[in-house]
Amino acid sequence: MSAAVQMFSPHRVAAMVLRYWYLLRSSFARLIELIYWPAVQMLMWGFLQTYLAGQTSLYARAGGVLIGAVMLWDVLFRGQLGFSISFLEEMWSRNLGNLMISPLRPAEFVAALMVMSIIRLAIGMVPVSLLAIWFFGFNLWALGIALAAFFANLMVTGWAVGIFVSGLVLRNGLGAETFAWSIMFLFLPLTCVYYPVSVLPDWLQAIAWSLPPTYVFEGMRALLIGHTFRADLMIQALALNAVMFSLAVLAFLALLASARRNGTLMQTGE
Amino acid sequence: MRTLRQAANSGSLSQKAMDSSPEPAVRADRLTKVYKTAAAVDGISFALPYGSITGLLGGNGAGKTTTIAMLMGLTTPTSGTARVLGADMPRERYRVLQRINFESPYVEMPMRLTVRQNLTVFGMLYGVAELRHRIGEIAAELELIDLLNRPTGKLSAGQKTRVSLAKALINAPDLLFLDEPTASLDPDTADWVRSRLERYRAERGVTMLIASHNMAEVERLCERVIFMKRGRIEDDDTPANLLQRYGRETLEEVFLDVARGREREAAQ
Repeated sequence: MSAAVQMFSPHRVAAMVLRYWYLLRSSFARLIELIYWPAVQMLMWGFLQTYLAGQTSLYARAGGVLIGAVMLWDVLFRGQLGFSISFLEEMWSRNLGNLMISPLRPAEFVAALMVMSIIRLAIGMVPVSLLAIWFFGFNLWALGIALAAFFANLMVTGWAVGIFVSGLVLRNGLGAETFAWSIMFLFLPLTCVYYPVSVLPDWLQAIAWSLPPTYVFEGMRALLIGHTFRADLMIQALALNAVMFSLAVLAFLALLASARRNGTLMQTGE
Repeated sequence: MRTLRQAANSGSLSQKAMDSSPEPAVRADRLTKVYKTAAAVDGISFALPYGSITGLLGGNGAGKTTTIAMLMGLTTPTSGTARVLGADMPRERYRVLQRINFESPYVEMPMRLTVRQNLTVFGMLYGVAELRHRIGEIAAELELIDLLNRPTGKLSAGQKTRVSLAKALINAPDLLFLDEPTASLDPDTADWVRSRLERYRAERGVTMLIASHNMAEVERLCERVIFMKRGRIEDDDTPANLLQRYGRETLEEVFLDVARGREREAAQ
């Protein structure tokens, strides 16, 4: 009984992680998908980088800036997708009603989805990062402490977007599923993954600097081109992430309450 | 003279029950759910004593599922209150959700997971002690031993119902909500499910609320029947009394009388 009234139960988080782990283990297609797209992306941008390095002195100097960008972009995109897909699995399997009448709390559900996004990302990105060393001599792991800062900031942004999208799907059903697949692409031009913020017009720069990943990609370029780790950028990203994550949680709770009012928690269709 | 229906819809029935007995397992008091402008549930009141089995009947759109959703804390009432095992729903739901469970053919178990994996996950969610032993026990009770290592999605409809029932009983609930538990099952499997529910009730004294369209099922399992129509309670009595008052042979005939507006005034 004590577990029922416990505010946050790691045991219930473990139950949900186990549920998704069983699912991944049972599906070869799901496992392959985790590696396939990051590998394709990395190879394409890696070869482009190799080509450009022979054409311009900038790319010759800034070894790995494109391949690094695509791999960090994948951390952001796959981090969000890993969160959202695990959530969507409940909708697709029509299991959400069972979970919602169980003692599982929203915070535990979200925590399990966050753990799963890390696991899914690790399954995809670790082999791809090793491939990048083998093919292009680009060692993501050599970024050391900077990589940890980049990774942490991008994951928190991915989770924040994933939490918000999950709330939309809870409230509006699978008709809102398309947001899970597409919303992050809005970040691609705005967060300046492949080019410096200075390229953008002034009014777009203001928007770009309001998004935490912009600081990460600028930080990455500062590291790879200028060989400087910009801790100030990481701290600003962290502060913005704290705001973004808090807003996402509030939106999720509001959308969940709205779903309870509108009786949509037992519906899993559109 | 007021009819049972009027008493139930005005709330005075549950008030009487409230005054004369300790808190029931479930108490709905003027429970209302309005979607936009339409009332799915319209000020219903009833109380379910501990250990009782009650059938919630009504045609499509009568408000049965919405009522159960409010009692489980899935849907917030527009007005009125739902108290379940002493907790105000949905506000205090986490106090009691571990003692409640639910089964419906419209809510499925993850298909790719084996039966054992599904029961393990839900057992952990409900904080079941000695889970491995409990899974073995429930699998034996529901004749699932041979299916434990098979993916749930590969099972027949009858086998899936047994798995859903196992999930619903994994935490040995004090209160069980069943939404058409034998829908789409063949008569033999449906009879088997009813027998297990009867046995489970006899052994554990669980309180059950069963939404069903199957009148034979309700007649067999339920000691009390609540008829709903357009979000309101049309009648509320034991199956025997209903048959007598309506002058019918079967609950199905009573159901048709109620659904088609031929209900007779019990108090007359």
